[in-house]
Amino acid sequence: MRKAGIVYALAGLFALCVPILGIYPIFMMKLLCFAMFACAFNLLLGFSGMLSFGHAAFFGTAAYATGWLVTAHGWGTAPAILAGVIAAAALGLGIGLIAIRRRGIYFAMVTMALAQLVYFVCLEAPFTGGENGLQDVARGSLVGVLALKSDVAMYYVVLAAFAAVFAMIRRIVHSPFGQVLKAIRDNESRAISLGYDINRYKLLAFVLSATLSGLAGSLKTLVLGFTTLSDVLQANSGEVILMTLLGGAGTFAGPVVGAALVVTLQEYLSDIVGGWVTVIIGGVFVACVLAFRRGIVGELAALRLRR
Amino acid sequence: MLGLVNGAFYALLSLGLAVIFGLMGVVNFAHGAFYTLGAFAALLGLQWFGVNYWGALVLAPLAVGVLGVVLERLFLRHVYKLEPLYGLLLTFGLSLIAEGCLRELFGSSGRSYPVPDALQGAINMGFMILPIYRAWVILASLVICGGTWFVIERTRLGSTLRAATENAQLLQAFGVNVPLLSAATYGGGVALAALAGVLAAPVIVVSPLMGNSLVTVVFAVVVIGGMGSILGSVVSGLTLGVVEGFTKVIYPEASNIVVFVIMALVLILRPAGLFGKE
Repeated sequence: MRKAGIVYALAGLFALCVPILGIYPIFMMKLLCFAMFACAFNLLLGFSGMLSFGHAAFFGTAAYATGWLVTAHGWGTAPAILAGVIAAAALGLGIGLIAIRRRGIYFAMVTMALAQLVYFVCLEAPFTGGENGLQDVARGSLVGVLALKSDVAMYYVVLAAFAAVFAMIRRIVHSPFGQVLKAIRDNESRAISLGYDINRYKLLAFVLSATLSGLAGSLKTLVLGFTTLSDVLQANSGEVILMTLLGGAGTFAGPVVGAALVVTLQEYLSDIVGGWVTVIIGGVFVACVLAFRRGIVGELAALRLRR
Repeated sequence: MLGLVNGAFYALLSLGLAVIFGLMGVVNFAHGAFYTLGAFAALLGLQWFGVNYWGALVLAPLAVGVLGVVLERLFLRHVYKLEPLYGLLLTFGLSLIAEGCLRELFGSSGRSYPVPDALQGAINMGFMILPIYRAWVILASLVICGGTWFVIERTRLGSTLRAATENAQLLQAFGVNVPLLSAATYGGGVALAALAGVLAAPVIVVSPLMGNSLVTVVFAVVVIGGMGSILGSVVSGLTLGVVEGFTKVIYPEASNIVVFVIMALVLILRPAGLFGKE
C-alpha cells in the first residue's frame, strides 16, 4: 500500500509540474478531462458491474449545455459548468430509470439506444449548431477572480477538478454505499436477499457516474473552446469503455492510465497513420478482451500479488 | 411503403442477431459491419469481376459467411465461457476494424449500386405507385425469414441447434461437433446480414458507415421484440419499419428517434420486451 502512495505522490508532483516541463497544456487538459470521464465511467463498470454503452450522452449533453449557455446567453463560467453538470445529472436520472430495468447486455443495448436518441436530438435541435456544433466558447473567469484565458491557469483548475473527482470516487467506493455496490456487482441475488433495494443503489450509482461524466464534458468544452457532435457520438461512448478496459476496470488508477494512453495514441498516431487510428483502436479492443481483461493496472496488481 | 422496406432490413438483421444470440450467447455488435461488407462485396464484385446482381445475391453472403466462420474460430470462440459483455466488446472492436479499413480503402463518400434490369420499373396500383425492386425486397426478406424459421423450428439441423442452446456440453457428449456448429451458426447469421446488405445496395447509398447507424436501431428493435425470439424479432422489425415510415410522413424530424422512444416506452411498460420471456 505504501508503494501505491509513492506512485500517487510522484504522479501528483508530475501533474503539478506540467506547465514548467513544457508539455503542451491543452493536450494535458484534454487528457485530464478524458481521464475524469473514464474514472466516472469506471464507477459504473468497474465498481457496480454495469456496462453503459451510452456515456457519451452525458458527456455531450453537459458539453452542449455549457457551450450554449456561454455563447448564446453569456453565462459566467462557474454557473455554466454547474448547469452542464445538472443537465447531465437530470439526463442520467431519466436514462437510468429506464435502463436499470434490464441487466447485463440488455442494459448495454438500452443505454446505447437512448444515447443515440440524445445524439439525434443534438443533431436536429435548433440551439446546438447542427453539424458545426458550438464554436468559440469563451473560458471567462472563475467567480470573477481568476481569469482562465491563460492555459496555465485553466490547467490548474482542471487539475484541481480532476483531483477532487478522483478523491470523491475513492471515497464513494470505500463508503458503505460503495460496498453495497460491489456486493450487487458480485452477486445481485444475494444482495437482494440481504434486503438491499438494489434498484435504488444502481440508480444512484448511475446518476453519480453521469454527473461526473457531465463535469468532464463541461470542462472539455471550456478547455478546447468548442463542442461538436463527436462529443455525443457513439464512438465517444466506445472510447471511454476502451480507456477503462485498457487501464483496468475496477481499479482506481486504471482509467487514468487508459485515458492517457488512448488520448496520446490519438494525438500522435493520427499524424502518422491518419484514419487507420480507428482500425488500431479496434485492434486494441480485441487484444484487451482476448489477452488482458483485467487491464494494465489490473494485470500489474495481479502480478504483484502472485510474487 | 418505404417503411416496409426498411422494416424488411430490420427484420433480416435482427433475425441474424437473434439466431446468433440464441445459440451462442453473443451479442454481435459487428452485425452492422457485416451488412456493410455484404453491400461492398456486391459493389466490388460488379466493378472488378463483373458479377451481376443475382450472382452477388449468392456470392456475397457466402464470402461474408466464410469470413464470419474464420473470425469465430480466431476470436469469438475464446469468449463463450466469459460474461456475455465481453462478446459485445470484442465484436465492437471487430466492427471498428472493419469500418476503419473500408473507410480508408474506399473513402467515406457514398456510392450507388444499379437496380438490376429485371426488377426495374414500377407497378401502378391505383392508390400508389410501387417500384418493383422494393416489392422484391419485401418479398425476398419475408421468404428468407420464413425459411430461417422453418430450418430452426422444423428440421433436424434446427433441433440440434436448439439443443446446443439448452446444453452444449450434453450435446457434445452425444457426439455432436458443437464447435463446428457454433462456427456455422455465426457464419450463417452474418451471411444473413450480408444478404440484407446486398438487397439494400440498390435502394440506399453504399458507404462504409451505412451499417453503423443501422445497428443501433436494430439493437433497439431487438430490445423491443425480446431477444432470442425469432418470430418476435421479425414481427417487431417489420412493424417498427412501418411506424418509422409513417413518422417520416407525419413528423419527419422525429423519424430518426421514434424507434428509440418506442423502446423506452416498452421498457417502462413491459421490461422483458413484447415477445420476451424473462
